[in-house]
Amino acid sequence: MSAADALPKARFDALPLILIALIALAAWPAVGSTSTWVTLTVAGLAMGMIVFIAASGLTLVFGLMDVLNFGHSVFIALGAYVATSVLAVTAGWTSAASLLPTLGAVLLAMLAAMTLGGAIGLGFERVIVRPVYGQHLKQILVTLGGAIIGEELIKVVWGPAQIPLPLPDALRGSVLIGDAAVEKFRLVAVVVGLVVLVALLYTLNRTKIGLLIRAGVQDREMVESLGYRIRRLFVAVFAAGSALAGLGGCLWGMNQQIVVPQIGGQVNVLLFIVIIIGGLGSTLGCLVGALAVGLMTNYVGFLEPKLTMFSSIGLMVAVLVWRPQGLYPLAR
Amino acid sequence: MSTPPPLLSLAGVHTHIGAYHILHGVDFDVPVGQVTMLLGRNGAGKTTTLRTIMGLWSASQGSIVFDGERIGGPGADGGGSSAVRTPEIARRGIAYVPESMGIFSDLTVRENMLLAARSAKRAADLDTARLEWLFGLFPALRRFWLYPAGKLSGGQKQMLAIARAMVEPRRLLLVDEPSKGLAPAIVQNLIAALRELKATATTVLLVEQNFAMAKALGDSVAVMDDGRVVHRGAMAELADDEGLQHRLLGLSLAAHQ
Amino acid sequence: MLDRLLSHDRPRNRWLAMLLVAIVVGVALTPFIFPGTKALNVAAKVIVFIVLAASFDLLLGYTGIVSFAHTMFFGIGAYGIAIASTRLGPTWGALALGTAFALALSALLSLVIGLFSLRVKAIFFAMITLAVASAFLTLASQLSDFTGGEDGLTFKVPEALQPSTGYASGPVLGASIDGRLLSYYLLFVVALLLVLALLRIVNSPFGRVLQAIRENDFRAEAIGYRTVVYRTIANVVAALFATLAGVLLALWLRYNGPDTTLSFEIMLDVLLIVVIGGMGTIYGAVIGGVLLVLAQNYLQDVMKLAAAAVQDVPFLSQIVSPDRWLLWLGILFVLSVYWFPSGVVGRLRAMRKGGADRR
Repeated sequence: MSAADALPKARFDALPLILIALIALAAWPAVGSTSTWVTLTVAGLAMGMIVFIAASGLTLVFGLMDVLNFGHSVFIALGAYVATSVLAVTAGWTSAASLLPTLGAVLLAMLAAMTLGGAIGLGFERVIVRPVYGQHLKQILVTLGGAIIGEELIKVVWGPAQIPLPLPDALRGSVLIGDAAVEKFRLVAVVVGLVVLVALLYTLNRTKIGLLIRAGVQDREMVESLGYRIRRLFVAVFAAGSALAGLGGCLWGMNQQIVVPQIGGQVNVLLFIVIIIGGLGSTLGCLVGALAVGLMTNYVGFLEPKLTMFSSIGLMVAVLVWRPQGLYPLAR
Repeated sequence: MSTPPPLLSLAGVHTHIGAYHILHGVDFDVPVGQVTMLLGRNGAGKTTTLRTIMGLWSASQGSIVFDGERIGGPGADGGGSSAVRTPEIARRGIAYVPESMGIFSDLTVRENMLLAARSAKRAADLDTARLEWLFGLFPALRRFWLYPAGKLSGGQKQMLAIARAMVEPRRLLLVDEPSKGLAPAIVQNLIAALRELKATATTVLLVEQNFAMAKALGDSVAVMDDGRVVHRGAMAELADDEGLQHRLLGLSLAAHQ
Repeated sequence: MLDRLLSHDRPRNRWLAMLLVAIVVGVALTPFIFPGTKALNVAAKVIVFIVLAASFDLLLGYTGIVSFAHTMFFGIGAYGIAIASTRLGPTWGALALGTAFALALSALLSLVIGLFSLRVKAIFFAMITLAVASAFLTLASQLSDFTGGEDGLTFKVPEALQPSTGYASGPVLGASIDGRLLSYYLLFVVALLLVLALLRIVNSPFGRVLQAIRENDFRAEAIGYRTVVYRTIANVVAALFATLAGVLLALWLRYNGPDTTLSFEIMLDVLLIVVIGGMGTIYGAVIGGVLLVLAQNYLQDVMKLAAAAVQDVPFLSQIVSPDRWLLWLGILFVLSVYWFPSGVVGRLRAMRKGGADRR
């Protein structure tokens, strides 16, 4: 090995990112008007961000501990319901059409959703998940059972009827960017999504805990052999994932403006599609998958509403044909 | 002259993996400050022995004692699932370099080293002097410091694996077939590095099939066959006795490497 | 002779055998023992769900596959005859055609799903089937011209089976002998045959290979069984049985809609039945089916009593409110997975005289 040997370049696999650009660009002529396209694109990115927030925990938990939590929907629903309660309580802040108190109320709702999600997540891991580590079949069944119980308990606390979650006045309506009307709430969602993304990327790439997570996803046994108690790490990640799901649920509820007990289940299918597209265990894949699905859903929803569900599944099938393990499969 | 007690001591260790009974009563000691070779044919149970010491597999019978404390076998401290015990065993100062090397290919060389250094929170906390020493032994590490470890060649990965085990002082190193698949020149580098490690009075338990390497490094030797230790003694003794080598390992020194 | 009928898969426990006999006799004689339309409806539902759950057990209990697409095939069967009867009129020919088409479609879809996804890990497969089932549900709701959309399709059955068709001048032993009764016994006989057929399948060499694959697919592959082929066949067979269960349900209800057969609630019901009843036994589906359907329909009455007792206690009253029966079933489900992984049937079988026989 001489010094003249070419040093291997760390090549970043940007191909899947191009996928997002492609979808957006392909939709432009199909939609026709640029201003509508802009509106739809922002809506798509916002939806994508919300789905990413909700799904990031799911994929990380799977990557790190090989646990697929079919009960993830419970935390999403919890987040949405907590949002209804908090926003009802802080009605004083939101009734005034000024931005700052409104944002404060929304921030409070998000924090409450995250805290509750994380706390319940701890309990869920202890009671439901821990006894069935390593047994995939039982995990599917037990977490589903947890989902049933969770949904019923939500009905106990908040009642089985749907609860409207109207957007606060200050966040209603749109701002004009050139010709295009961009909904204010969507902008908030995108911003929140970016904050979460940056926080996640920072934690994963610049902290020792993040290092442990990334290593643990690759080779759990080796991390233990290096002296780290990875079980504790997992509990923390599970709780964080549940907290993020709660946040996602809060935003989703505000996006839909109506909250029903099945709200978790409704998004759940979308989450699964997203993490399959992205590659089970990959955070970046989850982001790309979520943005792709968000954009796809909004463009198709405009062009041919009946096909929205199929567009996501079609995207999933197309990606799996290209890369059977997802966009960014884990190197295990 | 009294010899110090062995750092690691296995007595009557049996290991079952599912329905398979792999170790049938392993007995041997690892003297402190020396390199002990663990030799034997393929399938003799050498890797299983290392994994059992490390707690990745549970010993169903017998005892494993490290520095006077029981770390393996029924009733050991922290008994329970191996997932609880392995980190604790590592924290007592045992480093493990598995046959597969256990390199995290998506992480950079720097991150791999940082991970192995339990006391360091960030790369800046790494002991510079020690790092320089390691770079001296394994120059490739410095060159590829910021590159994903997956891009390294086989030999370089092996160097990284060993360097990781040495980034902080450890009491005992368990190394599983480091020379496997490596070119002879690289093996020489490896031997040199391990010699330097030996000079720091680190105890090493080295599994190897490369007898030349064993002879170059080993102070004591334990030979395994069929899940048992069939010979124990000084390396020098075994190296001089070709007949014994042939009986135990099915080879003679001259014929192998 | 009974042994041959049961394909040598006997209950192996006195209590279980007695329960099964009681169930079969009870269901067979429901029109006479339990008067009223509700009882008959509940019994019909029991029959249909037993077949559906038994077919799911083939997948889950014997092959070790979790497929959330099972209700899709259930729905295909139901929609098959619903659409055929609506378009072609209430004739036996329409029923036959509808059933045939439904079976063909199910076979095709299950084949495609099997080949595409059974190569991947179980988790992957479960998620993909969930997505496919959701898509199908959406499709059924949206193709309203074809499927009646959200409202579903109400249709007439052949004259022989219509309630208005009488076969005797007056009631016999408390039950009126009419088309409805005939429908009921048609369901009963067909269901019985289907369950016996399933017993035959799981006890055949094919069934044993499935179990070997479930235990250790690596090893099965090493021995020489192409696991993908076997899993796909199991997938198709289970789908076909589920389709027939759907045909039976639609025949009874003379109606089908998205929520009747395609909803996720039905999928969960089936899971509950198989897990609580006992996975990999077929008999578990029978016991579990009876338990679940009875619970769905009568547990609420029991809970009403409990609710009345604690109605002033705020939190408690909500938990025992009869609307929350699913909560308790969910808890039972989770407990079953942990502590009774072999379900009711397994528990009964484990209670052997002398206790020396361990599974």
